Parts: sequence; C-alpha cells; structure tokens
Amino acid sequence: MNNNWSWDIFFDAFPKVLEGLGITLGLTIACYLFALIFGFIWTFVKRIPITPIRWVLLWIMEFIRSTPPLVQLFFLYYAWPIVPYIGVTLDPFTSAVLGLGIHYSTYIGEVYRSGIDSVDRGQWEAARALNFSTGQKWTKVILPQAIPPTIPMLGNYLIIMFKEVPLASTVGVSGILFMADEFGSQHWKYLEPITIVAILFLVLSYPSAILISKLEKKMNRRFNKKATSKQIQENKGAVS
Amino acid sequence: MTEPIVMYKDVHKSFGDVKVLRGVDLDIKPAEKVAVIGPSGSGKTTIIRMLMTLEEPTSGDIIVDGKNLWHMEKGGKLVPANEKHLREVRGDIGMVFQHFNLFPHMTILENCMTAPVNVQKENKTSAKERSIEMLEKVGLGDKLDNYPSQLSGGQKQRVAMARALVMRPKIMLFDEVTSALDPELVGEVLEVIRDIAKEGEMAMVLVTHEMEFARDVADRIVFLDNGVIAEQGPPAEVLENSTNERLQSFLHRFRR
Amino acid sequence: MITINAIADIFPVLMKGVEITVTVLLASIVLGYFIAFIAGFGRLSNNVILRKFTGFYVEVFRGTSLIVQLFWFYYALPILFGIEIGSDFWAGVLAISLNYGAYMSEIVRGSIQSVAKGQSEAATALNMSRFQRMRLVIFPQAVRMMLPEFGNYLILMLKSTSLVSLIGMTDILYYGDILRSSNLSQAPTVYLLVLVFYFILALPLIWLTKKMESISKKGVASQ
Repeated sequence: MNNNWSWDIFFDAFPKVLEGLGITLGLTIACYLFALIFGFIWTFVKRIPITPIRWVLLWIMEFIRSTPPLVQLFFLYYAWPIVPYIGVTLDPFTSAVLGLGIHYSTYIGEVYRSGIDSVDRGQWEAARALNFSTGQKWTKVILPQAIPPTIPMLGNYLIIMFKEVPLASTVGVSGILFMADEFGSQHWKYLEPITIVAILFLVLSYPSAILISKLEKKMNRRFNKKATSKQIQENKGAVS
Repeated sequence: MTEPIVMYKDVHKSFGDVKVLRGVDLDIKPAEKVAVIGPSGSGKTTIIRMLMTLEEPTSGDIIVDGKNLWHMEKGGKLVPANEKHLREVRGDIGMVFQHFNLFPHMTILENCMTAPVNVQKENKTSAKERSIEMLEKVGLGDKLDNYPSQLSGGQKQRVAMARALVMRPKIMLFDEVTSALDPELVGEVLEVIRDIAKEGEMAMVLVTHEMEFARDVADRIVFLDNGVIAEQGPPAEVLENSTNERLQSFLHRFRR
Repeated sequence: MITINAIADIFPVLMKGVEITVTVLLASIVLGYFIAFIAGFGRLSNNVILRKFTGFYVEVFRGTSLIVQLFWFYYALPILFGIEIGSDFWAGVLAISLNYGAYMSEIVRGSIQSVAKGQSEAATALNMSRFQRMRLVIFPQAVRMMLPEFGNYLILMLKSTSLVSLIGMTDILYYGDILRSSNLSQAPTVYLLVLVFYFILALPLIWLTKKMESISKKGVASQ
C-alpha cells in the first residue's frame, strides 16, 4: 500500500464516494420506517397476560437485542434463502432493511413503552372514572400524552440508524462506505476515501443531533416532565 | 468592648442585573446570636451564603476573625482569594441548610465523621466518639447506622446540625432551617437550636421566619429590606417598638 | 437442515473465535471506561483548552459511525505510527473504546452534573477542598447513577466486537463466515449458532446490568 496521504486522491475520491449518499440516506429512511412500524409489536409484549407467550416473546426480544446486527444481517442475506419452506432470496437492500429494521425495532418498542409508562397513573384512573371505552381511553387520554415525549428519543434513533446503515456495505449495498471501499480497491488507496466517509457522517449527523437536542429541550419545557428527560437519557444510552 | 468576629463592610451583591444587597454593614460579636428577618427576596439568605463562601460578593469586604474572607494579600496588594485562602478563613464557620443536604450515600454516623476525619485530620476513633456524642445530644443516638433516606425531615435536620457542630465552629449559620419541614416537626428542631444557643460560646446567625423563636433565642434582630439593613436592635425593641413602616407591615403578616 | 452432526462440526470451529472476541471485548471495556472517565472529567474541567479538546473528541466520535472509525483506524494506524504487526487488534480496540468512550463520557459528565448542588455546598460548609468534595461527596453519588447505563454499554460493546471480523481478526463471526463460504448449505445453522454464541456471551452481561441497576437503586434514595 502506498503510505502517503494525497490530496489528489482525496479530491478524486470525493465525487465517487458522494455517489453512494443517496443509497445511504434512502436505506436509513427505509430501515427507520420499518423499525418504527415493527416496534409496535414489542411495545405491548410486557402486557401480554398469558405467561408462556409473554415469556417466549421477551426472550426473543432479548435475543435480538443482545446479538450483533451484523450477524443478523448475514443470516438474512446468506442463510435465509436456504432455510427450508420459508426461505426466500433477499437482495442486499431488502435484507439490510429487514436486518437493521428488526434489530432496532426492539429498541423503538422500548421507547414507545417508556412513553406510555410515563403517563401518570392518575390519568388511567381518571379515564376509567369518566367511563371511557378502551379505544377512547387510548386515543383521547393516553396516546396524546405518551407520544410527544418520545419524539426526541425517536429523533435520536434516526441518527443512530444513519450511523448503523454502513453495515449494509458488507452485503453489497452501494452506500458511501461501499463506494469508498470500491474506490480503495481500484486505486489501492483507502485512507482518503474512508476519511471522506467520516467527514460526510460528521457533517450530516452533527447538525441533526443539535437540532434534536434543541427539540428535546423545547419538549421538556412544554411538558415539564422529569420522568421524561430521565427516560430519554436512559434510551440514549441504549444504542450507539 | 470585644472585637467583632464577623464584619460586613459595605457589601453589595448582584445576580446579573438584579441587585440583591445594596451596601450591608453588619458586625457580629463572638457568642452573639443574631436573627435575620425580612421579606423573601430581601437578600437575607445571600448574607450568610457569602459568609460560607457559597456566593461571592460583588463588592465590599467580609472580615472573619480579623482576616479578609474574599481577598488575600499577595505582594503587598489585595487580590481575590484562592481556594486555599478561603479554606483557611472559613474553617471556623459551619452551616445548616434549608434542605438539610445530608450525604445520601453515607450513614448518619459517616455524615458526621467525614469532615473531622478528612478535613481536620482528626483520628477516626476520636472523631467517631465525638460524632456519637453529638448525635446523642440531638437525640439520634439510636440511628447511627441508618441512611438519611430512612429519617424524617426533623431528624435529618438534627443530623445536619450534629454534622456541623462536630467541626467545632466558632460561627454557625442557619439558613431557614425549619421552612422545609412539616409543621409538626418544627418544634423538635427549634428545641435543639435553643439548646445549642444556651451553651453560649458560638456566634450564631439565624435566617428565619419564626418570629417567636427569634425573640427567644436572639440577642439582636436584623431586619433586612430591599437589600439594606432597615432596622436592628434587641428583639423586644425591633419587634414591638419600631416605627419603621416596612417592618410593621412585614410583622403584621405574622400576627394573625 | 439443522442436525446434531452439523452442530457438532460447526461448534468446535466457532469456539476457536471465542478467545479473540472475548479479548477484544475485555480490552475495549477497560480502555472504554478509562477514556469515558478521562473525557467526562475533561469536559467539566476549568481549563478551556482541555474542555474544548475533549468536546471535539466526543462530537467527532459520536458524529461518525463505528464501522467507519474501525476502517479508518485500520488504514490510518500503519501510516500514523508505522505499526503493522497487530495493528488490526489495536484498530479494533481503539475504534470500539474511543467510540463508546465518547458516549459513556457523556454519562460520566451528566451524572456528575446531576448530583444536587446542595451536596457540593454542604461539603463546602464542612470546609472540604475541591478535590475532597469530588472524591467524598459528588463522585460516589454520581457513580451510582452511571452504573445502569454503563451496564447497557457492556452489551453494545459485545455486539460491536463482531465488526473486527471485517478487518480480518479471527473472532467468532470470522470463523462463521469461513464455514459459510466453504459450505453455503450450512449457512442457516452456522449463523444461528454464531448468534447463540453471542447470546451466551451476552447473558452474564445482561445479568450484570440488572445487578448494576439494583445496586444503583438501592444505593441512593434521594433525600
């Protein structure tokens, strides 16, 4: 390998790496939406009254959360097509959406759950006292209070997802990391293109992070819930 | 006449644009008990917080036992005090807070022992002995190994007093020590302060809303209004014979 | 199909990778926590340069992706330091520990800042020095707040060690990939087993996290 930093290479690589940005952003959105929708499944797991079912689902959730998303991605991409009866061949993009989407849905589910739990007990009791139906209880009382405090947390997960998406380059999704790698193998120069990738991430995620922390402060002021900010902090720690 | 142990000289304090103190002059003699009263926002808490070095005056001097608290001499000039100087001068001052501020990760006994052992470098056995003695004095000899979270507000405040007293301060500051307590717990705390006051040797500055208590314990009452001392004197005079209108209307709210 | 025979073939091969996975994990945990404390205190320092520098470090590492950092170190370390031998190990450990160290430094900073102001004031009133206030009063309380979050990061770090297979380190996933490429029909069994391996490694960490949470709850009830 040629061991010197070269600005010429840097500027040659830049447009090439940039070509992958559309895919990276598109995949981020797709994975994120999938996780947002799939997250609902996990939200109510702890409320399932039938113990064995609850128990099995909780362990599945724990299993998904505690094992590497990279391995889950490989499983879907390489192994899923060969699984008898239910196996289907997945293209790289789809397997990334499923793999990362399912992995992070377990975290998103926790965010939803913490939002619901942050609603004061008295609110449930008040809803009962006013004789609301179950549907009314959720749509009129619980959800309007549960959703707003989760918005900054969900915003954080969008940034987290953005930073996890380059994992998909390992199965051939041609995002910015893939492009950098390709450029590297063609020119036998890796440091410049990978530095460009790092810069792109920084330039895109840092302002978003600032935006979200502003949103978070605004939300906290508006709703003035101590529990909420604590849960946000807990959830920030959940994933990188 | 004895030298004052604390002297405030034209002390001003602003928080941003808000002027809290606008020139306070106040002398406190050794063993004197001074109660500071006044409407909220009059700056009475700020007065003792500056003496405890929790708040720095904007201008003016505070002299403690002949030493300038917030300034020190360096090359013949007065410069702002550093941490070392502050520690030297505030060593004789103790304080009890409105919200107790006990250390929640330490037992009651450890709360009392930590400063003598770590700050005054007293040996553990004697610090422990004195701490137990002090806790017994405030009526908590049976709670030594409890944590603060297991105590009532009144008990916490009594621990806080024991913790301050173990340091053998010459000056004790009390910052509205009963205002965070349930009414039925106020009595036990005031009782302890009365006992301490009777023993005599310590100067005490009490910021308080308890007028009857102030009259009982204090040698002098200072009425602070709008950032200045508006009236001061022996309790009976200040509470009954003052002609200061602001003081009258302030006191009126306490007599119902 | 998953058969006992297949598992018996695969299991010993994957076992060969456990040592590297665990070594990288332990090294990253130790270094990561160390960095977290240094950077956490750095951001609270009175020294402007130190504060800005650690702030810059934290934002850069939180703002970019771990896998990108990993590749960057992998390519940059030999150039920067001329280390060739073992540089993949250090690239892996440095990337993981610097990345998570940045996140965890925010926990250190946040916990220290969230100790009530009255605690520091009470310590001042007992004439403690700045250092004594931190050592005796603030830090012991802050650590209890950090524990549950630190626990979560153990599992995140374990998961992230799988990335080192991408730079050629022979961890569990690396051997899994080798098995898959030599016999694709085994892929489902191989990757399921790899996942089970990681899950088994995660179990003690999950247990430890729960433990840390309960210590933290018990340690300090607010006044």
